[in-house]
Amino acid sequence: MKALVAVKRVVDANVKVRVKPDNSGVDLTNVKMSINPFCEIAVEEAVRLKEKGTVSEIIVVSIGPKEAQEQIRSAMALGADRGILVETADDIGALEVAKILKGVVEQEQPQLILLGKQAIDDDSNQVGQMLAALIGAGQGTFASEVKVDGDSVQVTREIDGGLQTVALKLPAIITTDLRLNEPRYAALPNIMKARKKPLETKSPADYGVTATTKLKTVKVEPPAERKAGVQVKSVDELVEKLKNEAKVI
Amino acid sequence: MSILVIAEHDNKTLNGATLNVVAAAEKIGGDITVLVAGSGAQAVADAAAKVAGVSKVLLADNADYANQLAENVAALVADVAQSYKYVLGAATSNGKNILPRAAALLDVSMISDIIAVESANTFKRPIYAGNAIATVQSEEAIIVGTVRGTAFDPVASEGGSAAVEAIADAKDAGVSKFVAEEIVKSERPELTAARIVVSGGRGVGSGENYHAVLDPLADKLGAAQGASRAAVDAGFVPNDMQVGQTGKIVAPDLYIAVGISGAIQHLAGMKESKVIVAINKDEEAPINAVADYWLVGDLNTVVPELVSKL
Repeated sequence: MKALVAVKRVVDANVKVRVKPDNSGVDLTNVKMSINPFCEIAVEEAVRLKEKGTVSEIIVVSIGPKEAQEQIRSAMALGADRGILVETADDIGALEVAKILKGVVEQEQPQLILLGKQAIDDDSNQVGQMLAALIGAGQGTFASEVKVDGDSVQVTREIDGGLQTVALKLPAIITTDLRLNEPRYAALPNIMKARKKPLETKSPADYGVTATTKLKTVKVEPPAERKAGVQVKSVDELVEKLKNEAKVI
Repeated sequence: MSILVIAEHDNKTLNGATLNVVAAAEKIGGDITVLVAGSGAQAVADAAAKVAGVSKVLLADNADYANQLAENVAALVADVAQSYKYVLGAATSNGKNILPRAAALLDVSMISDIIAVESANTFKRPIYAGNAIATVQSEEAIIVGTVRGTAFDPVASEGGSAAVEAIADAKDAGVSKFVAEEIVKSERPELTAARIVVSGGRGVGSGENYHAVLDPLADKLGAAQGASRAAVDAGFVPNDMQVGQTGKIVAPDLYIAVGISGAIQHLAGMKESKVIVAINKDEEAPINAVADYWLVGDLNTVVPELVSKL
């Protein structure tokens, strides 16, 4: 079966971002960009399913600027077979992303659609669920284990109290949690090979989607700073401060 | 303005997170209806009817909703939502699972993790692991959102007297089935609602040591226990204890971080705490920058000493 994996180009997880002085957003000039960590886990899971013989072809799709092809190439270096870049310069919302992905799903007809549970830039945690709604498929969100069994897939999900397992009819959407797997590193020969793998470029219009959102970001501000704390030298001093200064115990 | 609040529950009791969502709904202002979708959930509907500020409770009691499967519940929510201006849920794993699906069925964009209500259609939410706060304006006909519980003080669970209206509704999307659930049992207070949280990180060394060192402290303080991602990934404690951008968001009166370095990911989940204490052997640990009090020392001696002196 075919697997489709959606990946997003985001600011690298280790970068401490700065808000622009004009409050229009976060400053991303000359900042290291990477594949979103949750998306990387989704790619890894698809590759493992291919290695097991469950999946025959992995298509990786990214929606964003031209540079997002770097992230598609990274996914190919990990084992994806071909890529689709839906190029748009606009800052589009989760619903529009889901609508474009629906177009890709209709064209490619994958049985498994893997996404990260959230992007570490907008922290929305919406696209997988929205896509599942649009195509009328089951959703296994926050997955920490995935088992394909004939025409269904069992997904163990991380929920607030522990774990929950659901069975979904294929095609199904899976969004990955951190504990699903440990993504591999791309080996140099694979990075070279990935350069030759096919990559198609499309536009949102090809899928009949107008890339605008009805959510307007009015401003972006830095969070309130915490007052600098003090180092205490002993446990006695700590207990004294907690009791008499902070009055929390 | 009419506001629909999706109740968070386990078919028996109404989860406290719902009270924080009602509080956010009151900030918007309007008539508040609570939707309880469940199976054998009459007690939940009765509890919701008593919540201060709630004017109506809708109870959809059907086996299809027993396990809160998103495919079924979102279809119900999207149906009921047609006659409301707002649909709000808690930013819990359940709310995050269901609400975006319902929003897409309604063909509207959604706002995740609301931390402040600025006006009827303008909200604040954290982005980039809480390192920036975005003010977002929605032009949608129906505004769908999840509410970060720690950002709103809960309304009183008593004092209301709403009418409970049963809605006969059954929606089985037929694409998903519940298989099993494994809930971690604990005598301690619930992590996201606790007044004091004691958290351990990679520095505690092992699962045995986590319990040997931190259990007595949590017991003494009546605290909930949390953990950093490193401690969860290393298998010290189960993942539902993870505090951070991708785990739980807590804002207790006192947060004690033991053996936690303080990665951006972790800070996103706890830096709204009133008082933060860090116990770490590393003087340069980033956690110290957000801590009100930090103590440099070996947690294996410092924590037992702290327990003995409390």
